Amino acid sequence: MASISNALIGGALIGAASAGLLLVNGRVAGISGILGGAIRGEAGVWRWTFVLGLIAAGFALPAVAPYVSAFDINPVGSPTGDIPASVTTLAIAGVLVGFGTALGTGCTSGHGVSGISNLSPRSLVATLTFIGVAAVTVFIVRHLAAGA
Amino acid sequence: MRAITSAIFGFIFGAGLVISGMTDPNRVLGFLDVAGNWDPTLAFVMVGAIAVTLPAFALARRVRNAALGGPISIPDRKRPITLSLVIGAAIFGVGWGLSGICPGPAIVILTTATVKVSVFFAALVLGLWIASLVPARAQRRERDDALQNLIR
Repeated sequence: MASISNALIGGALIGAASAGLLLVNGRVAGISGILGGAIRGEAGVWRWTFVLGLIAAGFALPAVAPYVSAFDINPVGSPTGDIPASVTTLAIAGVLVGFGTALGTGCTSGHGVSGISNLSPRSLVATLTFIGVAAVTVFIVRHLAAGA
Repeated sequence: MRAITSAIFGFIFGAGLVISGMTDPNRVLGFLDVAGNWDPTLAFVMVGAIAVTLPAFALARRVRNAALGGPISIPDRKRPITLSLVIGAAIFGVGWGLSGICPGPAIVILTTATVKVSVFFAALVLGLWIASLVPARAQRRERDDALQNLIR
């Protein structure tokens, strides 16, 4: 189990970054939108630098702070194991995530964090839909397909 | 300047994803596995994030202008709940449930440089690109219809 304090502190950092991008740059931190805009060649170097910032965090965090000992003894940035899905499943899943977030105009960050903070009913509907469908998908994969 | 602040916010966002556990597909799948050995911890990521972002949106509506100049672009929350919104969210849900990876973490864990993560990210970009073709076709149809009406 991941710890609640790590989840809250990490969440607050995600929220602070979203709030900062909104108030300082005037942009909503929706990752699928930022990535989609960047690959479609939409104006704004900020899309690419935001992506670079995300990648830099991936490099820096596990190296600089393998343990956030002040808050918790859980290792930070070290996955609890191999990704359980196969390469083929991941290829299909990736296309679905890319296509779905583009069609639904947002993902966990855009709808789940910013949209809900914007008190947007459509973001709440989108968030409940993707969490619900993802839970059903996991149920089918782990409990139905595995037992069949 | 916008590029620099954006990079800083990207870094903080990525740090939040790593610390919260969102970059670990096993933890995400544990959160989604409601009927199994359910780990509800990741729900607190959203609680922590919204607690900070909610007042920021309230402030943004009041000040209207970004600190670096120009208007703050706040999505219109009154936009209708469309079929494409729900279908898109559902398709994303299937992909998220199969992989345990959503777009932000997909970028952060590129640094692990594994085959699995690279394949997922390439597929994610492909999916975004395929979707970008769809509205283009819809627009073309609209334009064709407009032409037809002109001719008539």
